[in-house]
This record gives sequence, structure tokens and C-alpha cells, in this order.
Amino acid sequence: MSRIVSSLIGPRVPAAELQSHTARYLTPTLIFMAARIMLLISIFLPYWHMELDAPQYPNGLFLTAHVNHLSGDVKEIDGLNHYIGMRPLGEAAAFERAASIWVIIAMVLLVEGAAFVHSRWAVLLALPAVTFPVAFIADLYFWMRTFGLSLDPDAPLSSSVKPFVPTVIGEGGIGQFKTYAEFGSGYWFAVACAGLTIVGFYFHRRAYKPLFDRIRQSRLMAGGAP
Amino acid sequence: MERPKQSRGRLTGMAALLCAAAATGVMVCEADAQQEGRRRRGGQQEARPIEITPDQVAQLTRIANERKLNVDDLLSAAKTFMPSGKHDEYVLFSSGGQSGQVYAIGVPSMRMLRSIAVFTPESWQGYGFAGMNDPVHESLKINGHPVLWGDTHHPALSETAGEYDGEFLFIGDKANARVAVINLRDWETKQIVKNPLTISDHGAAFVTPNTDYVIEGGQYATVLGYGYAPIEEYKKHYRGMVTLWKFDRAKGKIDTDKSFAMELPPYWQDLADAGKGASDGYFFINSFNVEMATGGVERGNPPFEAGASKRDMDYLHIVDWKKAEQVFKAGKFDTINGFPVISLATSIAEGLLHFAPEPKSPHGVDVTPCGKYMVVAGKLDPHVTVYSMEKIKRAIETKNYSTTDEYGVPVLDFDAVKEVQVELGLGPLHTQFDDKGYAYTSLFLDSAVARWSLGGDYAKLHKEQPWKLITKTSVHYNIGHLSAAEGDTVSPDGRFLISMSKWSVDRFLPTGPLLPQNFQLLDIGEPGTAMPVIYDMPFPVGEPHYCQMIKADKLKTWTVYPEVGFNPHTMRLDPNSPRKGDEGVTREGNKVLVKMTSIRSHFKPEHVEVNEGDLVTWRIVSLETTMDATHGFCIGGYNINLSLEPGEYTEFSFIADRPGTYPFYCTEFCSALHLEMMGYLHVKPKSGVVGPVYGPVSGK
Repeated sequence: MSRIVSSLIGPRVPAAELQSHTARYLTPTLIFMAARIMLLISIFLPYWHMELDAPQYPNGLFLTAHVNHLSGDVKEIDGLNHYIGMRPLGEAAAFERAASIWVIIAMVLLVEGAAFVHSRWAVLLALPAVTFPVAFIADLYFWMRTFGLSLDPDAPLSSSVKPFVPTVIGEGGIGQFKTYAEFGSGYWFAVACAGLTIVGFYFHRRAYKPLFDRIRQSRLMAGGAP
Repeated sequence: MERPKQSRGRLTGMAALLCAAAATGVMVCEADAQQEGRRRRGGQQEARPIEITPDQVAQLTRIANERKLNVDDLLSAAKTFMPSGKHDEYVLFSSGGQSGQVYAIGVPSMRMLRSIAVFTPESWQGYGFAGMNDPVHESLKINGHPVLWGDTHHPALSETAGEYDGEFLFIGDKANARVAVINLRDWETKQIVKNPLTISDHGAAFVTPNTDYVIEGGQYATVLGYGYAPIEEYKKHYRGMVTLWKFDRAKGKIDTDKSFAMELPPYWQDLADAGKGASDGYFFINSFNVEMATGGVERGNPPFEAGASKRDMDYLHIVDWKKAEQVFKAGKFDTINGFPVISLATSIAEGLLHFAPEPKSPHGVDVTPCGKYMVVAGKLDPHVTVYSMEKIKRAIETKNYSTTDEYGVPVLDFDAVKEVQVELGLGPLHTQFDDKGYAYTSLFLDSAVARWSLGGDYAKLHKEQPWKLITKTSVHYNIGHLSAAEGDTVSPDGRFLISMSKWSVDRFLPTGPLLPQNFQLLDIGEPGTAMPVIYDMPFPVGEPHYCQMIKADKLKTWTVYPEVGFNPHTMRLDPNSPRKGDEGVTREGNKVLVKMTSIRSHFKPEHVEVNEGDLVTWRIVSLETTMDATHGFCIGGYNINLSLEPGEYTEFSFIADRPGTYPFYCTEFCSALHLEMMGYLHVKPKSGVVGPVYGPVSGK
């Protein structure tokens, strides 16, 4: 049993080794810590912005998505969307927004776990945090597409505006509106977290791989099972 | 051999650096996000210094010659033209005279910005078109009777420490002795108080430097409290008055319970102004007809115009209002028509009221920015007379009286209180001030604005001789009031001055026998003799009196109501406002309650069915939160029209006594589907008989 556990979490670092190569073992831990901080900070920052410009809105309309809420001119945009039969934005990704904080905390804990797991399984723990930015954009696209393609056929303007897929990033347009969408700082923090986690794994591997190999070697030499 | 301690130190350092980097990142990004959130793509271009090419000069010259414009005209155009999307620097709040309203105009473009309904129902603003028991109509009643117009005279912006604070605007109705309170958050009238003592007034509204009180001076003496006495008993029973309305800034309303009046002799009190700085605690009122002429041209008596102009001197009223407030609080007052009035005898005994002689039938009394001088314009005297507050105070202390009037009011010695008299021209009326030590006086008969230099502390602001006429600019024609930028505050801005010319004669295309008034903009930015008229604006809605010009950035205007369901009458969220999802029609006996929401481009519900004779209460709210997304709501045939500004809630009621099918619709073009924003009020006839139906008749 303990062998399974130890093969999962990998070898512990002998105290003497830690004492003599502190930097080597602490570096991945600190990088993971920085990654976790990035991800936590991202909760408070906008992930995505969209600006909608039209002649009668000289200051533009703005939509901002945080992981757990939408802000900006949501009401006005919903009001306009009703003309083309698009459902209110608040109905999109309701589950994701409700779960987002817990999911992020879980990812933070998993990355924290990765710092303590000194085997290749650590990669598995960090995988959610690494893929999170991609998952976010995929989910955003999914909802935009779903909403854009399922317009109410009985809406006032449904004869003039056909179902469409709104632009997730970059310039788009609908009716007299031009839309500009881009990632917000929170998203870049999440990307930074993913990046740091990957960098962390370089140092993680550099620190623990030799240790792991040495132990396996010694086991083999002792004639035990690998 | 590693040196762990040192290495650990390095690591701790690294960790701290990382955290710091992260934190900096957060701050930078946060700032980014805030900008990002409101950044406008391809936003406004920054103004750069221009250069006019020779080609453009040629083009400009050609246009000017074609249009017969001279260089001064071109400069005037450059000073006043406001390109699309640029905002004026000042807002002029003008009385609208007999229209009963207030008008806001941008300066220097002189573009009319909007009207504010005050004493006259106004349908665009839905002011007074909300069925029975409309609070607007209630506020317009006098002794139970609707009085549906007013003669607005003098607007007064609220002040803090003698500066306009941009929060409230007060205005008096001369015809009916009323004072209105307008809140400059939403530019709507919030309160109208009727003076319980007098039918008509003139000296309203003027505020004390911190807007503790709104001053309403009377004009034509009557028997106070709407009483009656034959004109033969004029001296005995007729009286003038001044009312001090206590303003409760937190509530945004006049507190009538803490307000009081002072009885005055039956001279005709005219304009007023509150002291400030050196004269804080006092206010001043002019008077004419100290002759107490009673007219009767039809009986062979001299008409009022002659009788009231006989004497060479009238009386400047000097009122110590801070002392009067103490007297009022001490309960030393009588009650007329339920309203506290400090009697003339008490005023004299307590030293609240002094007179100073002033030349012949004066009109305006204007306090200089520092409060040291009072400028009285003689109307029938070519001078302005400047009084010194220091001298007035000394004369009061030393009881330097030349006489007392018929009612026992002490009259200060003219020479003891006069600082100087400056000869300006014919028909001086009102005076305003700038930041360069100049005063500006309107000359009615000369049809001119006079610029003259102040003395005393002001002498160091200019290079002129003190107390001297510098220049006059002709205006067109018959100027009444004038208004310089913040020109009656403790710190005038100079720059612009409005001449409120009462006759326009040939200035505009003729518009039938009734011609517009003429608001003329003068550039007073340069010292010395240059003071050109740079714009004429026809004012076509009434004969305005005074106006005040406030720096636009002092106004903290709401562009949408702060919450959906906001009631402008109570200035708070209304618990009765329907919410989205609450809509419907309910009935209790013959009482029907309609809860309606409006948003582009529909009302909900769209059908309201009632029976003939039902009492219908209709609660309607705009769910809009976007600037300028205003809806109207009218029921044709029932005299109902509302303006539903974003977030606004209104309740109205009516008796559905006219059966039929009444379309209701949005009266403010709100959206591409505005015409579709309608519904039907179905009033089912009692008889059950359907009215006339035209069209193809069934059967053979």
C-alpha cells in the first residue's frame, strides 16, 4: 500500500539533500506558488471584454466577463438582443459562473498538490490549471454559438437578422453595431498561471527526476522490484 | 560545499521579488482593466493648434464677402460657434416670463438646451398631464383653485459660501407670489410654495450666501393675507412684506414651518439681494412709490406712473435677517393667515429694519462680490448710487438718522452711507460684476450696457480711475436685466455677459406683431473699451427677466434616474413601482389597478380592459437605464401624457367615464419599433351597446 502511495507521490527528499540543494527543490515549489497566486488574482479581474459601437451609442456599450459574473451594459445589450430574439446574457454559462470560484480554488489546490507530488503524476494534478485558458475560450465560444444560433424565430427583427455566431475575439458586427472583443487582464493572469506551471514542471523534473532515478536505481541494485 | 544559509537568503529574496512582481502586475492590470472597460475605439480626436492655409483664407474671405460679413463678425462666429458634440462652458438658467417656465441655454453657443416646466403645465415633460390628483396640479392650486400659469422673474441658483453650488434653482412667480424649487439633479420642479400673505410679488427669488433662506420680496402692497380694504385706507391697511423661506437642503425643499415674513410699509418693494462677505447677515430691497400714490386716473387723479415717481428719493430697505431670525425664533411675531409675520413695530423696536434714501424709483440693488458695496440703479436717475456697508453699519450704530418715515422706520442719513455716485447714462437698471474690478450696468433708455470701474479694494484689479464709466456697448433694444458669468457671486468669472433685451425690433425676421425677445451675448473678456456683442439669440417663449450663468461643470446632473422605479416627486425609489414580472391588471369592485412596465419597444400589459365608470389607478415604470432612452405614455382622449425618463416611475388615476377603445402609445420616438410601442385601453360601455361600427355589413 505504502509503495503504491510512494510511487504516486514520488520520493521524499532526504533532509541532508534538501539542506545541500535547497534552491533546486524550492524553485519548482516557488514557481508553482507564483502560478497559484496568478490564478487566484485572476478571479478579481475581467477575463473578457466586448465593446459594441453604434452611431447612437457615442460612448459605446461594454460587456465585461469575470469568471463568476458579467458586468457593464448587460441590461442595455439584453434589451437590444431581445429585438433579434437572443436570450438574456445572464442565462448563458450559468453553471460555469456559479462553479467558477470553486473550480479555480480546486485548481489552485491541485497545483499546490503538484508541488508535493514528486512523481510524473504531478503533471496530472496541474493539467486543469494548464488547460484552463483554453477551456475558458472554448466555453465562451460554445455559449456564443449556442445563443447566436438559437434566436427566437418570433422576435421583432427575426426576419431581418438571421442566426449567426458572434465573434469571440477580434472584430465582428451585427446590424448597425461593430463589435470588438478581447481578453481581459484576468485571462492573461490565467495564461500566466498556465505558463508558470509549465515552467515549474521543468524545474520540478530537474529536481526530482534525478532523485527518482537514483532511488529506482538503488532499488534495482538491491534486487527489488522497480 | 553549499552555503545553505546564504542560499536560503537568496531564495527568500527571489520569492519576495516574485510576489512583488505579481502584485505590481495586479495593479498595472487593474488600472488597465479600468481603462479598457471604458475605452472608446477611434475616440475623439484631440484638438490641435490650427493653421489656416492661404487657400482656406481665400475661401473664408469669399464666404465672408458673399454673406457680407466683416472681420468682427468672423471673430464673433469663432468665439461662439460650437461644433457638433462639443459642450458649452456655461449654462444660463433664464426665467421664461409669462410662459411660467425656466429655460436653460448654453453659453457661448446660445443654444437652447431645454425648458423646465414650473408654473405652467407642459406636455412634453408630462408636467400636469397625469390624470386626477396629479401632484403637479395640486402644487399649482391657489386656495383650491388651479392657477395654470406664472410670470417667472428671478432665478436664484443655490449657493454655498456665496458660490453657485449647482444643486438647486429657485424662481419666483410675480403674478401669483409663488416660489418654486427645482432640483438640478433631474432638472425638475420639486416644490411650489404660495405666499400666504400677498397675491403678487417681485423680489423673488434671492438666496442668502449658504442658501439658508430664499428671499421673496413683495411688490404691490395689498392687505396682507389676501384681505380687503378700500383704496382710501391705503396707508392704514395696505402693507408690503418680505418673506424668508427656510430652505432644507437635505430634503431639497423649503420648510414652510420654519419660514417667516416681515411686515413692511406699503411702498412697492422691488428687487432684493442678499449681503455676503462684509454684508453677510443683511439683505437689501429697493422700493418705489414711497409717495404711496393710489392712482385712479379715471377719477382725475394722477396715474400710478406719475404719482409713484414724484419724489426724488425712495428707500433702500436694509434688513438684518440674522437678527430677524432670532426675533422669529424668540416667538416675537404675529400670525396672518396662519403664517408668522414680524410686525413693523417689532422690526423697528428690535432694530431689524433701516432705510437709506435712494434716488428716484430705483430698480436693482446689487451687492458687489466682496459684499462691501451695494449698487443701486436709479431708473429715473442717470447715476448708480454706491452704498458702503461699513458706513451703513456705522450709521446704524451711531443712529445717524436723517428722519423716520411715516411708520417710524429710521432713515439713515444719505451722505453718511453713500460711498459714491457714478453717472452712467439713462435708465440704469441692474448691475453685474466681473473678475477684473469692473461693474456692468444695464441702461434701459440708452439701450446699452455700461462698463464702469469699481473703487476701494477693486481699484488694484484694473488700470482705470476708480468709480468711473469706461465704455458703453449698444444693445438691441431696451435692455432689462443683464447677467455676467457667475456675475452675482463672490467670485465672478467675467468673460461673458448676457443682455436681456426686451425689444428685438429689426434684429430678426418679423414673426407677426408678436416679436421674440433678444438675448445678446457680449464678450467682456478684454479690459478697457472693447466689449462687443457677439451673438443674438431670439427668445421666443415669453418675456424673460433675470437669468444666471453657472459654470457647466458645477452641475451634477443625473442622466438617468439612480434606480429603476424612482419617483421624481419623492426623489426616492417608490415602493409602489411595478417590477419586471409584476405586470398585470387587478380589480377590486370598481377599482382597477394597472401595473405596467415599459421598455423598448413595448408596454406590458398591452391590453387593459376596464368597465365604464371604473376608477383606474395606473402605475407605470420605465425599465430603461440608458441615457436618453425616454418613453412617453399617452392615452388620447383622456388628457394624459407622461414623460417616462430612464428609471422613472409615475402613478396616475382617472375615472374611465368615456367608453370606447383608446389606443395608448409611446409619445417619444424611442426605437426602430417605436410606432409599435402601443396598446389598447378598452373601456366597456355600461349599456353593453357597442358604439358605431362602420365597414362591410354582414348579410345580404
